Amino acid sequence: MTDISMSQPSGSYTVNRKFDITSAEAQGRIRSRYRAEARFKSYGLLALGITSVFVVILLADVFVRGLPAFWQHRLVLDVPVAADAFGAPGSVDAAAIRGGDYYPVTKAALAKAIPGIESRSAERQLNRLLSTGAPDILRETLVADPSLIGKTVKVPLLLSDDADLYFKGAGSKIVSRVPRGIATPSGVTGEVTVLTASNDFADELATIKRALSVRAGGVEREAGRLQRSPDKANQARAVELLEVAKALRARAEQPRGEEPLDADIPSVLVEINGGLVKATKLSDSAITGEVLLPLKSADEAKPANWKIVTYVTPEANRKVNDQEAAFLERLRSLGVVESGFNWRFFTSGDSREPELAGIRGALVGTALTLLVTLALCLPLGVGAAVYLEEFAPKNRLTDLVEVNINNLAAVPSIVFGLLGLAVFLNFFGLPRSAPLVGGLVLALLVLPTIIIASRAALRSVPPSIKEAALGVGASHQQAIFHHVLPLAMPGIMTGTIIGMAHALGETAPLLMIGMIAFIVDVPQSFVESATVMPVQIYLWSDLPEQAFQAKTAAAIIVLLGFLFVMNGLAIWLRKRFERRW
Amino acid sequence: MDAIVANPSSATAAAHVMPGSGFKVSARDCNVYYGEKHALKSVSVDIPDRSVMAFIGPSGCGKSTFLRCINRMNDTIPICRVTGKITIDGQDVYDQSLDVVQLRARVGMVFQKPNPFPKSIYDNVAYGPRIHGFAQSRAELDQIVMTSLEKAGLLKEVKDRLTDSGTSLSGGQQQRLCIARAIAVSPEVILMDEPCSALDPIATARIEELIDELRSNYSIIIVTHSMQQAARVSQRTAFFHLGTLVEEGETGHIFTNPNDKRTQDYITGRIG
Ligand SMILES: Nc1ncnc2c1ncn2[C@@H]1O[C@H](COP(=O)(O)OP(=O)(O)O)[C@@H](O)[C@H]1O
Ligand SMILES: [Mg+2]
Repeated sequence: MTDISMSQPSGSYTVNRKFDITSAEAQGRIRSRYRAEARFKSYGLLALGITSVFVVILLADVFVRGLPAFWQHRLVLDVPVAADAFGAPGSVDAAAIRGGDYYPVTKAALAKAIPGIESRSAERQLNRLLSTGAPDILRETLVADPSLIGKTVKVPLLLSDDADLYFKGAGSKIVSRVPRGIATPSGVTGEVTVLTASNDFADELATIKRALSVRAGGVEREAGRLQRSPDKANQARAVELLEVAKALRARAEQPRGEEPLDADIPSVLVEINGGLVKATKLSDSAITGEVLLPLKSADEAKPANWKIVTYVTPEANRKVNDQEAAFLERLRSLGVVESGFNWRFFTSGDSREPELAGIRGALVGTALTLLVTLALCLPLGVGAAVYLEEFAPKNRLTDLVEVNINNLAAVPSIVFGLLGLAVFLNFFGLPRSAPLVGGLVLALLVLPTIIIASRAALRSVPPSIKEAALGVGASHQQAIFHHVLPLAMPGIMTGTIIGMAHALGETAPLLMIGMIAFIVDVPQSFVESATVMPVQIYLWSDLPEQAFQAKTAAAIIVLLGFLFVMNGLAIWLRKRFERRW
Repeated sequence: MDAIVANPSSATAAAHVMPGSGFKVSARDCNVYYGEKHALKSVSVDIPDRSVMAFIGPSGCGKSTFLRCINRMNDTIPICRVTGKITIDGQDVYDQSLDVVQLRARVGMVFQKPNPFPKSIYDNVAYGPRIHGFAQSRAELDQIVMTSLEKAGLLKEVKDRLTDSGTSLSGGQQQRLCIARAIAVSPEVILMDEPCSALDPIATARIEELIDELRSNYSIIIVTHSMQQAARVSQRTAFFHLGTLVEEGETGHIFTNPNDKRTQDYITGRIG
């Protein structure tokens, strides 16, 4: 084994040395070593590739979902503020303006933008397009300048979440088509009929029939699925569904004639004489329907002056019904819809209304909580580390302390929450949901991390530095505080920031101490009720409103931003404190 | 014990010892244990003032251990135990009442590997005077720093860059900075543990010159692996072997006419 060249002489020539590095075996070994290295490298690249792909997918997903939430749609309207809107003119003070009822004012503004709405329900739907927080800017404007009362003020009014989502693309695909014939409406409001001279609605009718047959197919499949189920109730339902499917098929196959429309098929509308009519019954040459936006006149319209509009997504599958969509489209064509950065997201607390909900409360809560954690952890952790590393006698007791600190780092975080609940809330009677208690609990959680990191940092300082200090007559304590600790500082900082980042993302222990409550107010002190960002994300992700999904992703982006800022700070601090030796 | 204890009357380094000043450092029956290991065995030696004493001997024979006993640097090693008596100017180093910090200000130390603080050159030298409160004013401190650098033969080279980091200097300069740092607290004894082993020959020659200059003011003990170095810089030499002090005497005598066979073997390169 020690003498390779003798036992396996290499081919053409013999080398006079004990280990023949030119033999075929040796070459083979070199090749296999190269292969092993290449393999190892490719494993590394593969692992890196997979992780980067996941990170990119994650980030892309979060950003695609979350970024729209940073923008918000508003209506910039001329708001006529009646002189007596907030009490008798002349006696109006700031409190009255703040406490005033803005519903009539904004209603008037909308009525001015879309005049002629008579039906009560249509009027209500129009007013519901605005958020309950819509008059906020108007209110601030009036408080700042009460002389505007009695005049018309141009301010942005916040749209409701559904209207906002509609403009962000959650509405329907809208197809409009210029017809060939002349159309005659039978009236300007209420229920009207629009007749055409040629068979202008034939295409729409065909589309509707196709949609009906597709729907029939769907219902049949569902019935078939239910039929195979052993449950009696399901089978009965299957029979019902088959009836429905049969009726749909009959409607789809009936060649001509008036077809009733419902919310499960695309909506057909007619834009004529400055108004909009939604068809409830459709035939080749006529529609009967209700007026969504009033017509200016009942005159007949030439082909270029009227349009057939289809909202492709069935009304039942949308948040915004045809009436609301008609209003929103009208507002859009009036040019009063504006999209702006959603500052409110950063300036207000939580809300039940998605368009009003902000991250400020959670951000401040997080900052206060982390402040408490940092204020406790850094001195305690570094002190404990310095003592254990440099001063503690090596005996059973310190060994025990050491083992337990290491164990503590591995305790599930929820346990710290329970501990906090039992000790801080129940025993010490500290306030629930408060950043103070949250900070205390998180401090327990990150203390072991900081101690372990600080000890490692202290240990990594070369002992020659300490010896040098002792050599010129520094005491042990001076040597440590003047030389060892400053040199360990970058490492301690890194450990602390990692610990804080860990605390930043903690949710479970905070749930235990009640930081999960719905809190609207931005906390002003350490003992007020508050929530933190991860809990806010958790809360929002649970809500049914579609707009909160975007808010959830947006909050995640803010949380990631917070994390990046913290890590950036850590790198900066490390660079500042870093010294070579 | 077969250690040849130096006989004070035979010490003829008197040329460098001020009359009547006697010995600066004396050790009697000094033993050091690292846990169970008996690292230094009954060492007794006298070290004269204002001269250079060299400790030579093979690796692991206890030279550093003995050196570190003199300024009680061994206190930092928990398992280390010292018995016997070491005195500086007749004062027991291991006396309970003696403050170890004060002792280390009196007994400076230069280590094998240059270990400047990762601070400015100025702060490196000023650190000792600062913690001992030697200077009342900034000007006084400047004065101490300048003279120390001057004495360490470094001032010319670093005059214009006192705020640069001590670690930015070359190895030889760093070691002289460490010597300046030791001088700055005005010690009486300077211990040097192989101060040139990490340096190139030119830097070594520079340090050796410096040691020769410092001799007139301090009592210097230098551990060295190089017998030439011992011969060049020291007036007296002690040879350690396996934890015992084998022989001590005038450097010229040790190198030309050693009493002990082991010393002979070592200086002729047969052990080591
Ligand atoms: N901190 C220590 N712990 C245990 N043993 C030590 C320690 N320092 C030195 N020793 C032992 O003491 C003996 C003398 O070491 P040292 O004085 O460093 O020798 P040298 O003459 O080479 O300087 C060696 O055998 C060494 O293993
Ligand atoms: Mg040594």
